[in-house]
Formats: sequence, structure tokens, C-alpha cells
Amino acid sequence: MSLQKTEVDAIARLAGISVDPAEGEQLTAKLSNVLAIFQQMQAIDTNGIEPMAHPLDQVQRLREDCITETNHREAYQSLAPKAENGLYLVPQVID
Amino acid sequence: MTWEVVIGLEIHAQLTTKTKIFSGSPIAYGAEPNTQANLLDLGMPGQLPVLNKAVIPKAIQFGLAIGADIGRRSIFDRKNYFYPDLPKGYQTSQFSFPIVDKGGVVEIEVDGETKKIGVTRAHLEEDAGKSLHDAFPGQTGIDLNRAGTPLLEIVSEPDMRSAKEAVAYAKKVHELVQYLGICDGNMQEGSFRVDSNVSIHKPGTPFGTRAELKNINSFKFIEQAIEIEIDRQIEILESGGKVVQETRLYDADKNETRSMREKEEANDYRYFPCPDLLPVVVAQADIDAIQAEMPELPDAKRARFVSQFELSEYDAAFLAGSRATADYFEAVVALTKAPKISANWVMGELSKSLNQHDLTIDASPVTAAQLAGLINRIQDGTISGKMAKQVFDAIWSGEGDADTIIAAKGLQQITDVGAIEALVDEVIANHTDQVTAYQNGQEKMFGFFVGQVMKASKGQANPAQVNQLLKQKLQNP
Repeated sequence: MSLQKTEVDAIARLAGISVDPAEGEQLTAKLSNVLAIFQQMQAIDTNGIEPMAHPLDQVQRLREDCITETNHREAYQSLAPKAENGLYLVPQVID
Repeated sequence: MTWEVVIGLEIHAQLTTKTKIFSGSPIAYGAEPNTQANLLDLGMPGQLPVLNKAVIPKAIQFGLAIGADIGRRSIFDRKNYFYPDLPKGYQTSQFSFPIVDKGGVVEIEVDGETKKIGVTRAHLEEDAGKSLHDAFPGQTGIDLNRAGTPLLEIVSEPDMRSAKEAVAYAKKVHELVQYLGICDGNMQEGSFRVDSNVSIHKPGTPFGTRAELKNINSFKFIEQAIEIEIDRQIEILESGGKVVQETRLYDADKNETRSMREKEEANDYRYFPCPDLLPVVVAQADIDAIQAEMPELPDAKRARFVSQFELSEYDAAFLAGSRATADYFEAVVALTKAPKISANWVMGELSKSLNQHDLTIDASPVTAAQLAGLINRIQDGTISGKMAKQVFDAIWSGEGDADTIIAAKGLQQITDVGAIEALVDEVIANHTDQVTAYQNGQEKMFGFFVGQVMKASKGQANPAQVNQLLKQKLQNP
């Protein structure tokens, strides 16, 4: 199974990664190789095998519904590039 | 052949917890921006989510209420997309193994016909933050207080065929989650949000391309938005165009929908199991325990009100409309043993006063016991219906219970036959002209005599007795 350049561009866009056009061809070939490994795995008969969601064979621990966190807004916002009136500011997002 | 409308709804119900789904931050509505957003909610590296215990039974309650299979082993997945109000870059949700699995059904009634709407699934997930687009020129303000608020996303089958059916289904789910006490149902504050997937096709052909109408905060607008979206799609298809898959916003002022963004294909979200969260395992014993604690559901309660209390369908629907109203009504009936008059007072005077003061029944200044006390005094003839309204107002203003007020205001009804007879005789003796007129056939004069006797008794004579005695005496002078 080999990928097309256009598919790699689409994946890059979804992942928010900018891919240098010069690198594009090489990346497409590399990713196709990775997919070839998956293809080998897909040849294995997995009928009757329960899908594994997590490598740890344990169940989720739960937390009581109690407030444990307090307000540290000023400290956190001092780390942000921009904050005003209690809001984090980011470049304009148009819907 | 005409177009067939196909609608499926995705409903986000905010679960009534004190804290977020994966962190111990509070979720109080209307707090100062970002004061309820800790490191985990901000998506800081190195933070680990821990699931809030309270959300699981709430989701299971919903699943049991609609008869769905409960996911005994449900898995959290990452739904990946970029938006500034989702700083982690993914929403923690459930994809392949939701907590409420298939098999759920919600029954609706439209124009006298009942119809079953399938529920595909309901899964737990976290809410995103809020973006404020207008406050700062060239920038977007981000408030992450809402990020991580627990949601139950309820996904229906594409079973609805009209805007009316869609609204009937949404209302039914709205009523159900409030009955179960798992969501406060406040649409203005966004605790209950409805997204509608609308498409049209010719019967017998594959479904058409759908558009999604998002975040509409009233049932009335949901109906309007779907109606005009249907018209828009018919117009496009009949003029040879194509509907594109996208998210559209409804503008209530202009009554139109407009494109917001092209909807990403489901696999564009690149779901995969969240490595930070382990499978959630629910034991059959836990499900049984939740089942045993389930409250009576709206449909069952309505049916019981009709059969047990002999109420009309209309009265039963009103009184079972919310759990608080139903509980209040039942508390009154328990003390009066008189369902019909109790229903009339709860639906009449009480509801009217609550509406006037913009109060919910939980906050009623007149308790169920006080209203029952008042009704009992009407039933035993101590006071008339007219006096009762006066007593009700006094209870409402905090002057005490019915007996206290009746005694304090001297409102006891006169039921002593001798006393009423004396008043009747007096009125007849003082109005000989009117008596003659009445006896000559002017039957309308009867009301005049009733009025005079009631006036003479300062409104305290029992009206039924007054009527009866007047009739006797005027006919046989």
C-alpha cells in the first residue's frame, strides 16, 4: 500500500504540521514503508481476539466528585504569551 | 415524487456534577474567566486525567431509561482536531466502545401518532472551552472554565422525518434527563445543546448529503432552523445543485442558516484509544443497583396519574411535566385524598402565582402541606372557594397555614341552616318588588337575591345552601 503525495499533504494539514515541499516526496515514501509493516500485520487472523485498548491489563481508577483545585489564574496567565481581562488571547480565529 | 426529510440529532447533556470529568476543578456557571481552569484543563504537558466517579452511574441511568445495552467495558478515545478552545489538540471522548451502547428507544407522539426513535449510542466526553471573537480586535479571547465539563452525548438514529418529530424527540430527551436528575436541562446556559443533522432524498434512494445545524438554544428555533434548512436543500437539489456536507449556523434574527465550516469526515478526527485512561469496567451488580434506584419515568407517571387519580390526560401531562411538580402534587394528594380538586389548585392558583413571581415549584412559598390544609378546609365546608383564594394569598404572603388564617380573619363559612334562613328571610322581606318580578317570570332576578344574601353574610354564607333555601322560599312564599 503506498500513499499519494496529496494524502500526505492532507495528513499534514490535519496534524497542523507544515511540510517542506522538498521533503514531501521523501516523506511519502517513508510513510508508505510504515504502512507496509501494518499491511504485514493485517495478514494475521485476529478472529475471536478481543481488541486491546490499553497495554495495561487494569481498569480505570476513579476520583470522588470533590473540588480539589483552586484558582491559580494569575500564575498560569503569567506563562501565557498574551492574556487580558482574565482571557488567554490568541490570533483571531474566524468561524 | 416528493422529497423525504431525514433528521438525526446529537444532543449534548451536561451532567450534574460538582467537578470536571477528569479534574477536580469546579464547574460553576458564570464564574470569572479561567478561574476554574487548572493545569489539566489548560492542556499542560505531564498532567494525567482521572475519571470522576459520579459520571458513570448518571450515564448508566440514562441508558437504562431508554432500554439500551450498557457498555460493560467502555473505552475513552482521543478525537483529534485543532482549535484554540481545545488546548490539548484532542477531545477526550468515546468512540468504538461507548458507555451506553445500541438498543435504546425514545417514544414520541406527534399529531396523535406515536413513533419510536432509535438511539444509536450515548457516550461520555469532555466539553471544550469558549472562544470570544468580538472582544479584542484581531484576536480571540479564550475562556477555559468550561473545558473538561462532563457531557453525555446522545446520538439518535436518522429516524425523524420532520422538524416536528425532531423537536418532539429533543423535548422527550430533555424531560428524561431532568427526571433522572442527571442534567439541569438549562438551554440558555448551554447545559442541553441540540445539533441537528438534516438531509433530504427521494424515498427508495440512498440518503442525501446532510448539513449539521449547531448550538441552537431553544426548541422553537430548532424547529424553525430545520424547516428553513429543508427548504434550502430542496431549492438547491431542484435547481440541479448539490448539497455540501458542512456545519451551518442558525441566525434567528434573519431566520436563515449560513455556512460555518465544512464538516470534517469522521475519520479525519483520527480517533484512537487514549493511552492516559484505562478501560472503564462496570459490574452487573452495579447496573442492578442503579436499576433498583431508578425514579419513575415520565410516561409511567402520566399513565399512573390517569389510572390511580382518574385525572384527564391533559392534567396528568401537566402534573407529570416535571418531577418537582409531580412530587408536589402527590404530597398534596396524600394529605387531601382528593386528587381532582388538588390537581385544580396546583394547576390553577398555584401555577398562576408561581408564574407571576417567576418562581419554580421547588421555591413555592406555599408548601404542599399548606395547600393541602387549605383544600381540606374547602372539602369540609369550613370555607368557600372564593374565601379559599383569599386564604391562599395570605399563605403565599407568609401569614401562616390555612387554619391560622381562617381563625385570624374570621373567615369561617356560615353553614348553620337557621342562620342562613334568617338572612334569606330578611332579604326577601326587604325586596318585595323584586320578589314580585321574579314570581312573574323574571328568573334572572335569582342572581340578585343570591348576591344580597351573600352581601348580608359578608361573603361567609355557604353559597350552595343559600341557593337551595332561596329557591324554596321564592317558589313557596
